[in-house]
Amino acid sequence: MADIILDIKNLYISYRTDDAVVRAVNGLNLTIEAGETVGLVGETGAGKTTTALSVMKLLPEKIGSVDQGSIFLDGENVMEIPEKKMRMLRGSKVAMIFQDPMTSLNPTQPVGNQIGEVVKLHNTDFSKAQVDSRVCEMLEVVGIPAGRRNEYPHQFSGGMKQRVVIAMALACEPNLLLADEPTTALDVTIQAQVLKLMIELKQKMNTAMLLITHDLGIVAKICDKVGIMYAGEIIEFGSIEQIFGGEWHHPYTQGLFGAIPNLRRKDKRLHSIEGMMPDPAALPEGCKFHTRCSCSLEKCKTDIPPCMEQNGHQVFCWKYAE
Amino acid sequence: MEKTKERKQRSQISMILHRLKKNKLAMFGLVVFLFLVLVAIFADFIADYDSLCVRQNAELRYLTPCAEHIFGCDEYGRDIFARIVHGTRISLFVGVVSVLISLAFGALIGAVAGYYGGKVDNILMRIMDVFLAIPSTLLAISIVAALGQGMANLMIAMCISQVPRSARIVRSSILSVKGQEFIEAAKCYGSSDGWIILRHIIPNAIGPIIVQSTLNVARMILTISGLSFVGLGISPPTPEWGSMLSAGRSVMRYYPHLVLFPGIAIAITVLSLNLFGDGLRDALDPKMKK
Amino acid sequence: MIKYILKRLLMMIPVILGISFIIFAIMDLTPGDPAASALGEGSSVEARERWREERGLNDPFFVRYGRFILDALRGEFPDSYSTNEPVNEEVLYRFPTTLKLALLGTALSVVVGVSVGIISAVKQYSIIDSVSMITAMLLTSIPAFWMGLMLILLFSLKLNWLPATGIDNWKSYILPMIAVAINTMASLIRLTRSSMLEVIRADYIRTAKAKGATQKQVIFKHALRNALLPVITQIGINFGIQLGGAIIIEQVFAIPGLGTLMINSVRLKDTPMVMMSITFVAIAAGLVNLVVDLLYTLIDPRTKSTFVKN
Repeated sequence: MADIILDIKNLYISYRTDDAVVRAVNGLNLTIEAGETVGLVGETGAGKTTTALSVMKLLPEKIGSVDQGSIFLDGENVMEIPEKKMRMLRGSKVAMIFQDPMTSLNPTQPVGNQIGEVVKLHNTDFSKAQVDSRVCEMLEVVGIPAGRRNEYPHQFSGGMKQRVVIAMALACEPNLLLADEPTTALDVTIQAQVLKLMIELKQKMNTAMLLITHDLGIVAKICDKVGIMYAGEIIEFGSIEQIFGGEWHHPYTQGLFGAIPNLRRKDKRLHSIEGMMPDPAALPEGCKFHTRCSCSLEKCKTDIPPCMEQNGHQVFCWKYAE
Repeated sequence: MEKTKERKQRSQISMILHRLKKNKLAMFGLVVFLFLVLVAIFADFIADYDSLCVRQNAELRYLTPCAEHIFGCDEYGRDIFARIVHGTRISLFVGVVSVLISLAFGALIGAVAGYYGGKVDNILMRIMDVFLAIPSTLLAISIVAALGQGMANLMIAMCISQVPRSARIVRSSILSVKGQEFIEAAKCYGSSDGWIILRHIIPNAIGPIIVQSTLNVARMILTISGLSFVGLGISPPTPEWGSMLSAGRSVMRYYPHLVLFPGIAIAITVLSLNLFGDGLRDALDPKMKK
Repeated sequence: MIKYILKRLLMMIPVILGISFIIFAIMDLTPGDPAASALGEGSSVEARERWREERGLNDPFFVRYGRFILDALRGEFPDSYSTNEPVNEEVLYRFPTTLKLALLGTALSVVVGVSVGIISAVKQYSIIDSVSMITAMLLTSIPAFWMGLMLILLFSLKLNWLPATGIDNWKSYILPMIAVAINTMASLIRLTRSSMLEVIRADYIRTAKAKGATQKQVIFKHALRNALLPVITQIGINFGIQLGGAIIIEQVFAIPGLGTLMINSVRLKDTPMVMMSITFVAIAAGLVNLVVDLLYTLIDPRTKSTFVKN
């Protein structure tokens, strides 16, 4: 068995605002092995980004907090790592790509400097020339001529900016890359290019990746394993074959797949999942999905469903409890 | 459809009010300001104008604060408390009325410029820019210099120096609303220009305009007292705060109460308006607050 | 870049013409006969008529305005009604004092305003933050001239540390400088704070943190420059306010600057002097605003590339 890079155990995260406590993540378990790509799929507000931020220990200060559980990054509990050491890990051991490349680059700094910053931060012994050559190397790797390193973000297109962000994230060859919807803000044609680039680089550097997305197509293309997230919980987890093929699924997963047009079955209308995500400030008892579930049982309203497992394929649902 | 829209609008207003109520500083400002408005309205009941504000009384000259004259008396033996109370009426009246008048003219110019855009917008706004290039205190001084002193002229001066500012605020509020989809949608339904302005643009643009106007009244009161202080505003026997300060400054070494209380009165009035205006802005745009 | 600066300078010309036209038109509204006030109430009707004719005051408005502008371009300015000297001499003689006061006030307000604003934002919700926000609120609400009076009362009359009036040495600038600065200082504290808070929440700040940058690096290398962009624009606008404020503050401290000249001229109904001094100050404010605008384009790479490249 390969090394476990990321191991999240029973994680609970909440946000406190003036009016309410929002339970963003509720008892999440997730492991990622070295070099593996795990997809995290779910609707907006399911707690995907929150999970990634907590791994970086970058939850919004004073508002978001980890209430329970542990996050092991390469065997070390992130919760116990002091801020100073955590800074050394950010960017070098674990890096993150944010959703919107338009806003995730500093508009007043040349892109080369922004890539150089992360190189310099984690290689304090590098000379200026070494940093510069690494910046040029990284730009070439993501397909941007090194000559453009002195240009500012506004001089790049969206796809190019995301390439810069990727170069920045991979500049120190991290063990784990957290990619938060890296292609959502891009045009479909650009999406494919950026994804291809990410897969190539990931393989070259043997980086593990947590890919957050709501696009099942992307998941099918590049992930090894998939977790389906709903209201702060993973409700189904398995290998790509188990999730996309497989006989038994969580009703929510079935709903998700029903919402994608299938060209082979022309007669069928698109399914959509009835209702809305429950308000995370007032989550229902029992199974969080029971309010929208077509096959909900009495039990679902009161008791949290158990984990049903078969060859590593986990489904959290009462339906299969017998 | 109409009904849901109405409900939505009402709930938006109640949400704004809710946020405003939670802002203690803003509510404090509002309460103080309302109190000052009451003082201005009932000034005659609080202190008699003729006997306390105007009549000179040699025996009471430079009287320091005491039980009967809590803020003391000035160089003519007039009660400072009474003069401050009546000064409230003048400051609030001049401040509020000039802002309202300048808002009316500014709104007209700004609305025309913002709604029609293009050449009309360009010409009007260039003219406003020239006005804005002149520091407003200077513009006011030049108008007072030309027309002479007095309350009416001061108000004209304040209005003219404010119109470009109001025009700009109204125009930018309208532009920010105008570009939004629901205006396009209303146009698609075939609504007329007048209807769109009245029904869609004004309700949406009014928030920032109210905020700016509140803060403008505060600034106006500061400018009025400044101009009166240098002798270009409301002239002496009238109890205006700035001219009271001007009269008291030559003797402030010996009788600091002459310059202390009118200044505090200005500061409290302006502070209350600033607090309320700020709170209102936060309530309208909660994103800015955190 | 030089092309852009020239273009901006050329664009100033209509603004300057506009300013002078507005002031000229306003001053033309002055009721009453300037001849009567210049020559005294007892002067004869003939003498007044001659006086007006000499100065071309009987011509139509636009003729007079055109002549004023053409003369001004040749460096000739009308005579003051009170001293009978060309107004530009007196105005230019007085202006440096006012300019110095406004510049000192701007400098003080920028240094204090920006640094307090940054500290306040970085330590949001701390005691420092609340104290500086309350102070800023108070400072915006206090009339600057009253602040001047209170400063004189405390530091000159009670403590005897600093002179109350005049401009004899550097010490006499301290109190007026503070009085001129307070209002804009307060607004800069608030603007810097809110701008900084907005920037701190920006995605690229999160990116910088995700790279492993320290709090200090995040603030000084990433947040500051972006947060100061709107502040710079405001500083330019403030300078005009500062000049207007200096005119009132000069009265408090009996400083023989342009403001004192202006207000005395208003009292004497010396229209050319009033007009000249106001136009002059307004143009100075406009030029400073232009300089600040140019500075802004240099600091913000987004605007820089649009103007500098072509």
